Amino acid sequence: MNETIEIFIASILNHNIALTYILGMCPLIAISTNVKNAKGMGLAVIFVVTITAIINYPIYMLLKSTGTTQLNLLVFIITIAATVQFLEMFLEKFIPRLYNAFGIYLPLITVNCVVLAVSLFFVNREYSFVETVSFSFGSAVGWFVAIVLLAAIREKMAKQSNVPRGLAGKGITFIILGILSLAFIGFTGLASI
Amino acid sequence: MKRKIFYTKPYNIFKQGLAADNPIAIAVLGICSALAVTNKVENAIAMGLGVTFVIIASSLTVSAIRKFIPAKVRMVTYMVIISTYVIVVQMFLEAYFPAIASQLGAYVGLIITNCIVMGRSEAFAIKNPVKYSIVDGLANGLGYTYVLIAVSVVRELLAFGTILNIQVVGDNWVNWVSMAMAPGGFFVLGLFIWLIRELTKNFEVTA
Repeated sequence: MNETIEIFIASILNHNIALTYILGMCPLIAISTNVKNAKGMGLAVIFVVTITAIINYPIYMLLKSTGTTQLNLLVFIITIAATVQFLEMFLEKFIPRLYNAFGIYLPLITVNCVVLAVSLFFVNREYSFVETVSFSFGSAVGWFVAIVLLAAIREKMAKQSNVPRGLAGKGITFIILGILSLAFIGFTGLASI
Repeated sequence: MKRKIFYTKPYNIFKQGLAADNPIAIAVLGICSALAVTNKVENAIAMGLGVTFVIIASSLTVSAIRKFIPAKVRMVTYMVIISTYVIVVQMFLEAYFPAIASQLGAYVGLIITNCIVMGRSEAFAIKNPVKYSIVDGLANGLGYTYVLIAVSVVRELLAFGTILNIQVVGDNWVNWVSMAMAPGGFFVLGLFIWLIRELTKNFEVTA
């Protein structure tokens, strides 16, 4: 039990998937211009990452028992694409409020590397099912924290600061990310993964 | 004969991929792997070549069967094609370069979700004949590789005092540890983008 909680905390703070493993950068940079969109995307990621990890775990066990683990990439990516498609249809039909809140972000998530990375990491680290759930949920929450922080800083900067013309836009975003990432490295040693 | 090569279509496609539409510096795609593996030059080279191979092979395949792919399921089709080639790269690295394969770890598998590969299939290969798609794939792959190598040279030098594992600085050198970790990648790439934009006078207008 303690280990499960430790993995959860580590994956939010000192092993933050966005700021220490540098994953999910494309949407992180593209959708972080204001806090409202960042929140929508972040919530959608939490939802999809947790569900796909839960689905991929038994599938990986099946691959392992039949000795075809080389195929895991192909199988995982198809599972993810199918899950996202299914979720979209399901939400549209049964929970339209949730669909309106983050429906537009769902298709983008298929190419968000966080989703695939979480599935690959639990394979590499040989987690049990409970640990996988805790790790995937924690990583997604960590990504949510990162995108909201970044969006808040960018929103403020867009109003007040005078950025050199060559750095404006993407360039300065990397510098902000670098400083955020330094701050998160400050949590090193808090919990291990 | 030599002058004929300029201003032909393949030449223009090539030039665009390398400079004007450079996938990393201008379009800012495929950043995850670009930052995560660039703390050592050898990793950057392996990753760059792997991605180049996957882009060329998947562009070729998508372009060859482009008339048979229904528009609605094209994304899934790209994914299946791309992941097949990524598995090839992964197994090749594991068989011949096990040390590099273990350092790159999960990032080889993540070539699948590298937006550059998907982006070239969607933006170019699906609409163009095979021969141009190959040139486009090669140009984008090389454009990606050279930025990766440039970033990794700076990071490996600052973080370990070496280039390609060969010691290049004196004994008084103190390793700059954070350059090997994530922040170093962010800072170096940010400054690199600044440099390229100043050199090409291609500025981004912020809204």
